[in-house]
Amino acid sequence: MSGGTELFPGPDRDAAEAILGRYPPAHRQSAVLPLLDLAQRRHGGWLPPAVVDAVGDYLGMPSMRVRELVTFYSMFHDRPVGRYLVQVCRTTPCWLRGSDEVLAGAREELGIAPGETTPDGLFTLIEVECLGACADAPVVQINDDYHERLDGERMRAWLRDRRGAEDD
Amino acid sequence: MPTLSIDGTEIEVAEGTTVLRACEQAGVEIPRFCFHERLSIAGNCRMCLVEQVGVPKPLASCAMPVTDGMQILTRSERVQAAREGVMEFLLVNHPLDCPICDQGGECDLQDQALYYGRVRSRYREAKRAVTDKDFGPLVKTVMTRCIHCTRCVRFMDEVAGVPELGTMGRGEDMEIVAALDGCLHSELSGNVVDLCPVGALTSKPYAFAARPWELSHTESVDVLDAAGSAIRIDSRDGRVLRVLPRVNEEINEEWIGDRSRYAVDGLVVRRLDRPWLREDGGFRPVTWEAALAAVATALQAAAPERTAALMGDLPGLEGMTALADLMRARGVASVDCRQDGGAYGPGVPASWRFNAGIAGIDRADAVLLIGTNPRREAPVINARFRRRWRTAGLPVARVGPVTDLTYPVTELGAAAQVLVELAEGSHPFADVLERARHPLIVVGSGALARPDGGVVLGLARRLADAVGVAGADWNGFSVLQRSAARAGGLELGIVPADGGLDAGGMLAAARAGGLDFAYLLGADEIDPDAFRDTFTVYQGHHADRGARYADVLLPGAAYTEQAATYVNTEGRPQQARPAHPPPGDARPDWKILVALARELGSPLPYESLDGLRSRIEAAVPHLAHIDQLPPVAPLAPFGDPDGVLDAAPFEEMVPDYYRTCPISRASATMAACARAVADA
Ligand code: SF4
Ligand code: FES
Ligand code: FES
Repeated sequence: MSGGTELFPGPDRDAAEAILGRYPPAHRQSAVLPLLDLAQRRHGGWLPPAVVDAVGDYLGMPSMRVRELVTFYSMFHDRPVGRYLVQVCRTTPCWLRGSDEVLAGAREELGIAPGETTPDGLFTLIEVECLGACADAPVVQINDDYHERLDGERMRAWLRDRRGAEDD
Repeated sequence: MPTLSIDGTEIEVAEGTTVLRACEQAGVEIPRFCFHERLSIAGNCRMCLVEQVGVPKPLASCAMPVTDGMQILTRSERVQAAREGVMEFLLVNHPLDCPICDQGGECDLQDQALYYGRVRSRYREAKRAVTDKDFGPLVKTVMTRCIHCTRCVRFMDEVAGVPELGTMGRGEDMEIVAALDGCLHSELSGNVVDLCPVGALTSKPYAFAARPWELSHTESVDVLDAAGSAIRIDSRDGRVLRVLPRVNEEINEEWIGDRSRYAVDGLVVRRLDRPWLREDGGFRPVTWEAALAAVATALQAAAPERTAALMGDLPGLEGMTALADLMRARGVASVDCRQDGGAYGPGVPASWRFNAGIAGIDRADAVLLIGTNPRREAPVINARFRRRWRTAGLPVARVGPVTDLTYPVTELGAAAQVLVELAEGSHPFADVLERARHPLIVVGSGALARPDGGVVLGLARRLADAVGVAGADWNGFSVLQRSAARAGGLELGIVPADGGLDAGGMLAAARAGGLDFAYLLGADEIDPDAFRDTFTVYQGHHADRGARYADVLLPGAAYTEQAATYVNTEGRPQQARPAHPPPGDARPDWKILVALARELGSPLPYESLDGLRSRIEAAVPHLAHIDQLPPVAPLAPFGDPDGVLDAAPFEEMVPDYYRTCPISRASATMAACARAVADA
């Protein structure tokens, strides 16, 4: 895979060009993070190696430099994730407010440990550090949305609903 | 210019100087792991912390520019405490395996721990362990030792231009990885071993071979390409264990190519360590007396016009001079130092030298490469081209096959015909050269060894005139030699006398039965088959190609075993020094020839190395000015610009970077590298 056409087909092409337009032409590489984000959204929430290399080609960056970024930022995933990426905050404020129960609820409901994906490919559960919303701890981020002031039961209920909705 | 005080002493430094550099200028040493003066600043190890009076936190001096009036303390209690803190963190995950680590005794971490380490660790938790990586046959990894300074990553990215190393993950999980397992695709990869401040990257061939304090160090020069890089030969018990670069700002800075560093295991394989005489289709070991007597008898029986002497890529000035003197004294005209048949303007030094000087690349502002691949022919020179491109956008164009040189190149095609357009000024790149203040035309030695080499040389010369390549302070017409012996032989004027045969002529004559006697001084890059029916003497250190059909094998010394002078591609004479005596009965090249001349009953006019060197100095005075660039050579006319060009395109002259000479062909390490590159 190389070049922008295959990497960002159709309307994504405009989105990619718009992102590039924010940076001076001599500094195309500055667009690497938003473009990786765009690419990740278009490739099932993770970045296969070929996509990472393609982003490098698109920006004229050595693929090693792009791979470094993908592994450095926790928001990029170099392995497949479920349709719902459940990120449970475990940093002190959330922990004091019961993140352990939230995590336990998610584990029970999904039947998986942190770092794993449900066999149906719907949910991936991971623990993360502070999500920056401590005032409403405990916090869980699921895809782009924050779920705040959770407890174990509300966590389970949400996951149950989602699974039900997906099964229909 | 800002003035600052360092430990109470005032010092004025240039604008933009970092605190670390200012400290060095003041003679104060600052410990560092990630900082390296030839790499970009990373500021990630924090070992270089110093205190600035009035500032609450210690500063990373490597990344902090000096401001006027700064008061820096490098020996305060706070600095000591800060560095001890950094050291403690670095050691948290560092294994205590110094006794089995090859870096031991030359490890920055070990050294600094002496000053800043705690006697006992306070760390009780589990240490992390990191899987080792496969960086190929040259670089051994023990990744648990890595302190994440990223020197290796920055070197590959910035200097080598092969961005194959990177950091994966972050924090506790960070690891150094290679893009591909099994090989780093750079001719400069071994330099990461020197750069790694700990034992994470060490030399694979040298693994567990020696401790640094057991080695004797010999300062010498590399001869495996024509750059003449400064090296240090580390040996023990009559064996070379490793070669490291020394700093020579004008040539290799502080890098060397992988072949120069790692081919030395070939020095003990396939060696000629006693004289041999061909007998009944096989070889019989003989004494020196018998061997020299056989050579003398054959030489005396041969008519001078049916006698030839050819020199290879590795002999020094001394051996070549002695052979040429011996032959000329016998009236032999067919003496040549150009086994590749390179067409140079006879007697015109500007036609074989890299006239701009290697350091001149730092001033060049437009480059045309003709039939040369500097990355393979002289990696350290290529690194300069790359830096000039990175720092000043150097435009580079090339006539020759397309290869990755690690910087962008305007490709003008591989057909020699384009030289005509360039020389006539009808090609756009001629304008680029003409507009440049310091234009550089680099002609590869391979381009000159083509049958139409004289025409290529002449056209390059005409182009040089057309674009004004030589000015008052600049001569940009430059030949890039590949062999360490060639420029020296040419400076000595070792080319056929009137009526004599050049290398090609000798081979043709030998094939046609027109030669009675041939003397090959380390000439291996030829078709040895030609000498099947000629009485041939091969003098050299390896039983390589040239020895195949020889009748007498005379064991000479390799470059690590004899005192010899080499002239690099710039025309700069430098001295190689012996790290140990040659093996067995092998002898320095010049001594063998002095003994042969005695055997012939017409001794050479010198019996000692000094005498021989005086003879060289008398003939070519500047060759005695060791380490100095030669006086500027005028761009006198040379070449044959109006001759007929070959239709054949320029070819890659170094298809296998790792094996180009008898030493590297004997090296198992080089063979492993060639395999690794082929597999990848
Ligand atoms: S391997 Fe060596 S040079 Fe590379 S980052 Fe680790 S410590 Fe630094
Ligand atoms: S600690 Fe959980 S959001 Fe900050
Ligand atoms: S040397 Fe300054 S931070 Fe590493």
